[in-house]
This record gives sequence, C-alpha cells and structure tokens, in this order.
Amino acid sequence: MITLTHYLVVAGAMFAIGLVGVMRRKNLLMLFFSTEILLNAANVGFAAVSKFYGDLTGQMFAFFIIAVAASEVAVGLGLLVLWYKRTGSIDLDSLQMMKG
Amino acid sequence: MYEAVAFYLFSVLTLGMFAITVLSNNALYAMSALAGGMIFVSGFFFLLDAEFLGVVQIIVYSGAVMALYAFGMMFFDSTQEVREKVESKKVLYALSLTSALLIVFIVAAPIIGANIEATYPMSAELGNVQTIGLVLFTKYLVPFELAAVMLLVAMISGIILVSKRLDNSVTLMEEDPKEEAL
Repeated sequence: MITLTHYLVVAGAMFAIGLVGVMRRKNLLMLFFSTEILLNAANVGFAAVSKFYGDLTGQMFAFFIIAVAASEVAVGLGLLVLWYKRTGSIDLDSLQMMKG
Repeated sequence: MYEAVAFYLFSVLTLGMFAITVLSNNALYAMSALAGGMIFVSGFFFLLDAEFLGVVQIIVYSGAVMALYAFGMMFFDSTQEVREKVESKKVLYALSLTSALLIVFIVAAPIIGANIEATYPMSAELGNVQTIGLVLFTKYLVPFELAAVMLLVAMISGIILVSKRLDNSVTLMEEDPKEEAL
C-alpha cells in the first residue's frame, strides 16, 4: 500500500537531486534545469498531500507553481541569451561582477 | 498492487532521469533527460487522481518549457562544455545535512498534519477537472487573474530581451541593408 510518506520521500529525493544541481553546477543552463527539478518536487508533494487529505488546495498551488515556473523560464532564458551575447560565456563565475 | 508497481516504476524512472540531468556534462543530454523526467512526473499526477494537473504538466513542461529551452539552446554553443571547478568539502557537508533534515521533516510531516481538515473537499460525483474549474474560478479567481498578468509580463519581457533592435520599426527593416549585414 502506497501511503503519503512514500510520495513525500520521493518528492524529497527529487528536491535533494535539484539541490545538488543548484549547489554543484557552474553552468547557468544547468542551474535553470535544477530549478525546474526543485519546482517539480514541490508539485509532487502538493499533489500527494491533496490526494491523501481529500483537499483540492494542493492542486491549486501546484497550478500556480507551474505558472510561476513557465514565466521564470521565459524571463530567465531571455536574460541568459542576452548575457551570452554580451560575454560569450554561460559560466556562473562570469556573473560575479555585476557591473553592466 | 498496480498502484504500487506504477509508483515504484515512476519513482525509479523520475529519479534516474533527474540524476542524469544534474550529473551530465552535455547540455543536450541534460535537456532530453529533463523532458523525460517531466513526463514521468506527470505519471505521478495521474496516479494521484489529479488528471488535469498531469495534462497541464505534459503540455506546459514538456511542450512549452522544453521547446523554449531547445530554442534558447540554439543561441549557445551546446557542444562546448563549461569547465567546472571542483568545490571544497563544505558543499558536500551542507548537502548531506540538508538532505538528512529533509528526510526527518518528511517522515514527521504526516504526524504533524494529522488534524488537517479539507477546506475544498473533492466531490465524488463531479470529476477532477470539473471540481478544479469550480474552485479555480470562484475561490482562486484573483490569483488566477494575477497569474495571467504575470504570464503576460513574462512574455513581453522575453520578447524584448531576446529581440534585437527593437527601437527600429520591424516593417522598415529592409530600408537599411548595410546595417543588416553587420
């Protein structure tokens, strides 16, 4: 029998994988991918809580998280393309100086 | 029985795909693995009786977000591997500590949340999609509209950031061919 804890453990493992990506990678594109993984882990957790408590609020929050993720990708990728055109690198260390 | 088989299959596949995404050095492999992982996450949603969420996950993530990444990747040299320095042990310690704390909270969460009662209960006679429509357009109408405005702002900012020479008119672009050659 699959309980809430099973789903939450999987969501936590996904979150840990995303966390490893965010802290370990220096490629800015990989940082975006890791952020997507983090948001998806939260979504799985919300959907699981929604199912096992019979409440729809979790699914609603998951929808808004998906909307936030979509707009984050649009703006972030635009900024990343602009940065790559300007410096020719998507290394995180090239962002250390914030002078334009 | 089938639920358990599906759950373990999807969890192994999802975690494997996301591990490939995080650990791969090739951006193209990472993107493909991420798209696969998103599809498997939608399998979780179908398993959890959230059909609408699963469909939205497939459409938005595997359709829109991955297409956006694929087009964005045309701007980068995706075969070039970003040289990544090896960090100190501090990151490793921090990650292990955070993961351990996360597991403790996860195991404790059902105990803490034992006396939660449903605010918007799922009804049996209406389907998942109908219930979501009812709740979304009554209780969550203002956040819904705000999300719509946020997506509009994100779309405009994406267009403005990536398109070059927005100060010139697009229809008058062919009148200065020497600028085009640059």
